Amino acid sequence: MSTVVTGPGRKAGSFLHRHPGLRLAGFLSAPLLWLVVAYLGALAVLLISAFWTVDGFTGETVRAFSLTNFQTLFSEEVYRNVTLRSLGVATAVTVICMLIAVPMAFFMAKVASPRSRHWLVIAILTPLWASYLVKAYAWRILLANGGPVDSLLGGPGNGPGYGLVATVIVLSYLWLPYMILPIYAGLERLPDSLLEASADLGARAGRTFRSVVLPTLIPSVFAGSIFTFSLSLGDYITVQIVGGKSQLIGNLVYANIGAANNLPFAAAIATVPVLIMVIYLLAVRRSGALEEL
Amino acid sequence: MTLSAPARWALRATMALGLVFIYVPLLLVLVNSFNGDRTFAWPPHDWTTQWWAAAWANEGARQALLTSVEAGLGATAIALVLGTMVAFAVQRFRFFGRDTVSLLVILPIALPGIVTGIALDSAWRSVMGDLGIGKGLFSVVVGHATFCVVTVYNNVLARLRRTGTNLEEASADLGAGPWQTFRYVTFPMIRSALLAGGLLAFALSFDEIIVTTFTAGPGITTLPIWIFNNLFRPNQAPIVNVVAAVLIVLSVLPVWLAQRIAGPEAGASRT
Repeated sequence: MSTVVTGPGRKAGSFLHRHPGLRLAGFLSAPLLWLVVAYLGALAVLLISAFWTVDGFTGETVRAFSLTNFQTLFSEEVYRNVTLRSLGVATAVTVICMLIAVPMAFFMAKVASPRSRHWLVIAILTPLWASYLVKAYAWRILLANGGPVDSLLGGPGNGPGYGLVATVIVLSYLWLPYMILPIYAGLERLPDSLLEASADLGARAGRTFRSVVLPTLIPSVFAGSIFTFSLSLGDYITVQIVGGKSQLIGNLVYANIGAANNLPFAAAIATVPVLIMVIYLLAVRRSGALEEL
Repeated sequence: MTLSAPARWALRATMALGLVFIYVPLLLVLVNSFNGDRTFAWPPHDWTTQWWAAAWANEGARQALLTSVEAGLGATAIALVLGTMVAFAVQRFRFFGRDTVSLLVILPIALPGIVTGIALDSAWRSVMGDLGIGKGLFSVVVGHATFCVVTVYNNVLARLRRTGTNLEEASADLGAGPWQTFRYVTFPMIRSALLAGGLLAFALSFDEIIVTTFTAGPGITTLPIWIFNNLFRPNQAPIVNVVAAVLIVLSVLPVWLAQRIAGPEAGASRT
């Protein structure tokens, strides 16, 4: 530490020190080049290609502006149904995760002793590192015909089996920790003294919950819901593993890239979840949810 | 808040049930990897370790594991550099569009994976394809790095917010150049945040399947893709089960590491 840098390095250093704009440019150049040029650029190309078509005869992409894809998307019932089904699944998963996560997070943050709180956080975190596929696979075994869930409920065919219900269960299972952790973090920052003050001022538990806990809870729940909602909306793997024949938006996109080889139409379908997510993000931004991520 | 005794018990019961819900499926995979029956008849009748030996000898699974580790290390390295740079820019400077930058970093993980996947795929085909660079391991690394930046960014940002600039100013006042200040003051302050963010980035990449499907070149099989390809083949089921069991056991490792390195809070800072 005693050596003092002299010469050009030092000069460059003090030059940078006097010019914060240059330092900022240095910090931002590479990441923005990556995220704006590579990622946003890719998204833009995707958006544009949604207006292209594929020549049905030659299979070549026709790079001319056309609304055909969106007309098909809006006029054919199957696409409306799949969109509504995907929205339904994403909403159901978000609500289920919320209902399970709020009491669990509340117990962790406000009821458990500091020592057990530490272990509970670890217990919630650990499964996050276990593979997504492994978890979906575990449920494939659990829900198999004559599998553990069936035999628990009295015999083959008594459980939900593979289908939309199984998809909702498994997606809720997969994204539950993403809901618990922001809620826990939010509640943990809420000082206990505020809860005591509320009780001292005569509020019962219900009133304290509504007036003190809920305002902290809402942005964290929204933060968690960004994960549960968006991850469910784009999923097409889980539904292949436990969904039986059910299809979500993701499956349609995938089918149009793979078997149908119609990238423009796949892009047009993919704009649907993007649009839904952007609207959702803008809506929850007002609640301060993005700060809780 | 003074909760009534029944309310406390209800919360405790929910917590316990929640943990059962989380852990039973994982334990089932572990138990099943020793199930002697090929079709996993439940409850298991006899036990064996032969699937573990078979999985160990499986060339495809081992190759896939190696590919996954390579992709994860590459993506983590890029995410560490880019994420730290954005975090410094956003935390230490005020500039036009600052909120947009943080939104931009979150975007790749907030948008459905399939969208990021096909966007990168079509961009790669039309831009890099023209340059003669086909898809391979490198395109997987690029795809993974894009959504891994956010984990490093979040961890470093939170750390910078907490530490402030006092120590760095003191260092500069004492005559240290920017590089010395970074080397001896700033870097030690953010080291554990980098480790936590890097671990998360690696785990995210290691587990990713959707973006990987679209960005992997021919012949590039990561472990999740290998599992998915073999999931629906009944005769491969015992080996898939062992691989799954191994991944569950391994998932304890990063949590343990994060605990050792940075205390419980590090692991709690999420993606």
